[in-house]
Amino acid sequence: MASVPSSSSLPAAGTVAARPAPPKVLRRTKVRRSTWLGVGLVMLYLSVIVLIPLAAVAWHAAELGPAAIWRVVSSPDTRAALQLSLYSSLAVAAINAVVGTIIAWVLVRDTFPGKTIVNALIDLPFALPTIVAGLTLLALYGPKGAFGVNLAYTRAAVMLALLFVTLPFVVRSVQPVLMELEREVEEAASALGAHSFTAFRRVVLPSLLPAIVSGAGLSFARAIGEFGSVVLISGNIPFKTQIAPVRIFALIESGDSAGASALAVVLLLISFGVLLALAFVQRWGRKGDE
Amino acid sequence: MSSGKDGSVVPDAKGSRAGRYGLRTVALVYLALILVLPVGMVFYRTFENGLQPVLQALGDPETLHALYLTVVIAAVAVPLNTVFGVFCALLMVRRTFPGKSFLSVLIDVPFAVSPVVVGLSLILVYGRTGWLGGWLAENGIRVIFAWPSMVLATIFVSLPFVVREVIPVLQEIGVEQDQAAHTLGATPWQTFWRITLPAIRGGVTYGVILTTARALGEFGAVSIVSGKIAGQTSTLTVHVEERFQQFDLVGAYTSSLVLAVIALVIVLAMTLLRPKEAGS
Repeated sequence: MASVPSSSSLPAAGTVAARPAPPKVLRRTKVRRSTWLGVGLVMLYLSVIVLIPLAAVAWHAAELGPAAIWRVVSSPDTRAALQLSLYSSLAVAAINAVVGTIIAWVLVRDTFPGKTIVNALIDLPFALPTIVAGLTLLALYGPKGAFGVNLAYTRAAVMLALLFVTLPFVVRSVQPVLMELEREVEEAASALGAHSFTAFRRVVLPSLLPAIVSGAGLSFARAIGEFGSVVLISGNIPFKTQIAPVRIFALIESGDSAGASALAVVLLLISFGVLLALAFVQRWGRKGDE
Repeated sequence: MSSGKDGSVVPDAKGSRAGRYGLRTVALVYLALILVLPVGMVFYRTFENGLQPVLQALGDPETLHALYLTVVIAAVAVPLNTVFGVFCALLMVRRTFPGKSFLSVLIDVPFAVSPVVVGLSLILVYGRTGWLGGWLAENGIRVIFAWPSMVLATIFVSLPFVVREVIPVLQEIGVEQDQAAHTLGATPWQTFWRITLPAIRGGVTYGVILTTARALGEFGAVSIVSGKIAGQTSTLTVHVEERFQQFDLVGAYTSSLVLAVIALVIVLAMTLLRPKEAGS
């Protein structure tokens, strides 16, 4: 935090004599003209790529009006898709919060052969294209799967796909915090007679909580918009395995761009809400550092 | 750090050893079931019927075109987002302006948008009935169902990575060296190339790797705007789905294998170049 430029001490007395004109760098009070130019360029790029397209979605939905949006969202098949997306994303976030923390713990505090490889593999879901993830899960848990279980076209398959693509979030947000956390505090607690679980719950968990919540929140935001990994393995059966993004896709294919926009706006509002909440959680975590 | 009672440590250590093995088992079994076995399965299934069908699928003109298109799209999207990312990060860290935290939120927006919504949004702007659709049609410019929209979709989804990786590095290095260069009479341009860029090289590289991974692997947004014209607007990910729908499993697995190998290389690069966890 302290690394943000501090302008006060800049032209030190000795250097001024050596140089005729004092540099006009970093004056806090006035925004420099070149800064405005830079901000303008950044906003131009963001607008062309992100903001104008999203505005088009919002515009299309707004043209419908709130009543019509509600009609679209509460139509039975769309509502079923939205509910499935919400519930499965919540479940995925919860499972990641627990399992992700365990994995992070094992990667930081445990030693076993091959740990470096396991640690590297955690990033694989970020690097592997989602459609490939879906195909691989289908290969293992589908009709000709290795374990004799066939999860294809079930809600379990939806969960499986979402768990795959969101695996890294909690692990990668908890890991650095756990590394920095002083082990001595924990050891002191257990030396003083606290059981290891009590030591964990009372000493470690509170410091990890912001990281866990933020990782789980990111998992949720990712899960609720996920498309590629689910599309092959879920079968996209309305009322059963169709999630909201797949429903949007179906609406686009059938030419109903207004309906697609309405559902898209609902999804956007949910994930923006989560991201804003996470910004607050991060501030809370930073406060914990001080 | 109070004098430890040695007696109580021994049984505790034994108890926590059992706990440790338990946790290790949970973590490794979960990773095996969710991650390692499925990915291993791609390799197995691809070569299930020997090498010949795989080579045939690899030599298929449609597969080759899909690979070519994937690389071309990434070759446009990654440099653009890299230049934007470095520029934007410099602005955010080194300049003061009102609305900076708002801009910071805006940059993260692509992370919160479903790929399907990205595709929809581009159709609503550039599609036949979209905002610019009429003008584009009059001038004979195809955006939707052609590569320009696929490039736009790819830039959209991979936009935040470089910015997000470079900002913390810039914050850490501070401005002293740049100021020294300035004092010694370097132009801003010289300072950037000789001082700033070498100092943030690690963050930029890591951001570029993440951007590339996302650009090569994007499916949802690209598939919606591509129109999925085989041999013309199929990227490798779209090609995987298309082959699967045609019941050409060898074709689908072969293209998947190419993508999986790329992913493994990217993971290796990430591991080697991971920025050291910001220690104090």
